[in-house]
Amino acid sequence: MLLPIRKRNKEDDVTRRHSTFWWAVLVVMALIAAACGGGGTTTTTQAPGGEMTTTTAAPGETTTTQPTAEFEPGPLGAVTVAPGEPIKIAALQAISGAVASLGEDQVRGIEIAIDDRGGELLGHPIELQVEDDGCSAEGGTTGAQRIVADPQVVGIIGTSCSGAGVPASQIMSEAGLVMISGSNTSPALTSDLAGNPGSAWQPGYFRTAHNDIIQGEAAAIFAYQELGLTRAATIHDGDPYTEGLANAFGRSFQELGGEVVLATAINKGDTDMRPVLTEVAAAGAEVIFFPIFQPEGDFIAQQAREIAGLEDVVLFGADGLLSDTYVVNEFTVGMYFSGPASPEGSAYDEFVAKYQEKYGEAPIQSFHAHAYDAANMLFAAIEQVAVVEDDGTVHIDRQALRDALYATEGFQGLTGTLTCDEFGDCADPRIDIVQRTEETPDIAAVRANVLFTYEPGA
Amino acid sequence: MTAASAAATGRGPSRFGFVKGFLWAVRILAVFGILWGSYFSITGGRLSFDQWKDLMVFGVAQGSVYALIALGYTMVYGVLGFINFAHGEVFMSGAMIGFFAANYLNQTGLWASQPFLSLFIVLLVCMTASTLVAVGVERVAYRPLRNAPRLIPLITSIGASFFLQYAFRGLFGAGVKSYPAVRALDGAWNVLGFRVIKTQGIVILAAVGMMVLLYLLVERTKTGRAMRAVAEDQEIARLMGVDVDRTIVTVFAVGGAMAGVAGLLWGLVFQQVFFFTGFLPGIKAFTSAVLGGIGNIVGAMVGGLVLGAVESIGPSLVLAGLGVPAAHQLKDVVAFLALVLVLVFRPTGIMGERLAEERA
Repeated sequence: MLLPIRKRNKEDDVTRRHSTFWWAVLVVMALIAAACGGGGTTTTTQAPGGEMTTTTAAPGETTTTQPTAEFEPGPLGAVTVAPGEPIKIAALQAISGAVASLGEDQVRGIEIAIDDRGGELLGHPIELQVEDDGCSAEGGTTGAQRIVADPQVVGIIGTSCSGAGVPASQIMSEAGLVMISGSNTSPALTSDLAGNPGSAWQPGYFRTAHNDIIQGEAAAIFAYQELGLTRAATIHDGDPYTEGLANAFGRSFQELGGEVVLATAINKGDTDMRPVLTEVAAAGAEVIFFPIFQPEGDFIAQQAREIAGLEDVVLFGADGLLSDTYVVNEFTVGMYFSGPASPEGSAYDEFVAKYQEKYGEAPIQSFHAHAYDAANMLFAAIEQVAVVEDDGTVHIDRQALRDALYATEGFQGLTGTLTCDEFGDCADPRIDIVQRTEETPDIAAVRANVLFTYEPGA
Repeated sequence: MTAASAAATGRGPSRFGFVKGFLWAVRILAVFGILWGSYFSITGGRLSFDQWKDLMVFGVAQGSVYALIALGYTMVYGVLGFINFAHGEVFMSGAMIGFFAANYLNQTGLWASQPFLSLFIVLLVCMTASTLVAVGVERVAYRPLRNAPRLIPLITSIGASFFLQYAFRGLFGAGVKSYPAVRALDGAWNVLGFRVIKTQGIVILAAVGMMVLLYLLVERTKTGRAMRAVAEDQEIARLMGVDVDRTIVTVFAVGGAMAGVAGLLWGLVFQQVFFFTGFLPGIKAFTSAVLGGIGNIVGAMVGGLVLGAVESIGPSLVLAGLGVPAAHQLKDVVAFLALVLVLVFRPTGIMGERLAEERA
């Protein structure tokens, strides 16, 4: 049944009209107040201490300092650092879970870069905010959102994993920040090195790590030319890094004349690899290239030997598995790995000495020097574009900072001479192929056992 | 009942017909898809006959582990009528504590010199650990809620599951721990033309043995009779002089012991364990229990074996035959799709009907 319809009488109509009127007045007043607030007239604001103060605020300015005549923020806004305040940068790295060593290593690289400047930039202390990227899209999203929530953060060094880099790059780009990664290598984040932007490319994204097109080429050349193998299988786990690298390897391997007999994938979290390895055996692969992470990489290496037809297959991993916790396992004996070459030279030796002294162990992964270079590139660009006032206030224009990074050319870092292209690839890539043998039971020994070095520029 | 209520609303018949027709369409499509994929896979000659047999053995071995864990789910459901979601973590605790025992024995050298004695010791450790955790969870999380609605212990079980996961992470770290390999179990046996990797052979044997023991316990002993009585009706069982609380603790202890065995077998086959190890096998075991008909012990065994086999063979047989690239990435999709299909064909699970009659 319907509710009885209430008869409206005239009195009701009158009161209704009255209340509507008062609502309209309120809205108009609110609009006027808002317009005045944005217009730079005298307004009442709540100071952090809690008491009400009356100040004159200029439009677009969040701080109470007097703007200088010569500094005009660009389209992306600017960061203003008052005297005595820190310059904030963030690290978005994988610092928990199975790949924690990848992120931990880079946070250490960044910390050493800060130490090398005495903890200061343009007379301001450097403050490092460390967030976890979880090596996943979810972790990258949460971490990046926490970072951009603070408008004082100038730039990000991260992420550790390309999978986290895809959403993080989008979030930071929309917020006007810059992000330099020391270990993202997926072609999707920058370009295919032939002038086409990757599917996840964002303005303001840079990296000092190599593009995996190069690493895939290096591994394919080694497998085809040095080892003389012609039938390859690739396995990835759906992560942009692993998928990009597996595909890059496959493409190069076919261009060289080899055959990719099976390009397949597993899931993160899978444990029983025997069925998929049976498919690999059925396809008649001589080499399995699986640029994935732990623990799935453990299961593949371990279970491959149990499959009929795979007793002598060549196992080939990449930098994601080139870690202290993976190569100590006995089932990795005989495996090949591709990864960034260890930097050389006295500057790097000094860096390693500082690392050793500060953290009590040798570098635990491959990308500490890349993160160190990333931090220094950011600091150099900040110094270049910063407008410093007489009282020490620093203005950093976000658009100018991006432009300065894109213009980076011939930057001398630990990993080589860095020059950024229009899609943010800055690395001077050198890829080493190393092998784990009976005589190289730990990560330092494996990384020193270089069989082949690939340097596209040379 | 559906027909009666549908008729009562007046415009029932067409709606009823539509649902029924849709289900039939799904059934026909499923059968057609499976046959189509299998036909192309088998006639395509991608995998040799021996490789198909290998896949079957892998599936049965994985399924045995699922079945052992599934027993815990199904026993608790049969007796108490709720799903103990912390059971995956009970399995993980056994595997994790067992790792420390195995690691210790490996350091003393006993692991290498007396592999089977060591395995037996570690088996006892795993079973004890899992049993204690299962009984502890019952005591803390379920017994105070004995007379609460069934949804409440379901929710506390999820809480207990998180608590156990993160307690283990806090106590032993987030890193992956590797069981030492058993050298004596390298290589493979040839059983009736099937090539069985030795560790997997042990897994299958142990699982079958444990299931037979459990079946005898439930069907032939006084304790088993008490369990069945409590499952039938707690109040009447109490009136007949059965100690209900003690029987329920026994159910949890037996389920925990089975999970402990599964923990050691997991350590043998996959050698890796960390705090999150229990999650996916737990979900899969729960799926197995539902697949086989929840509340039914034989059903849990059958469900586990079927699920393991489907996971192992399904992607290669059906998906690859239908031309799906990277079929093994869809392993879990295949597993849960199998659950949906079984429930479409037999809503009470594979062995469910027997239970329904017994309970009616």
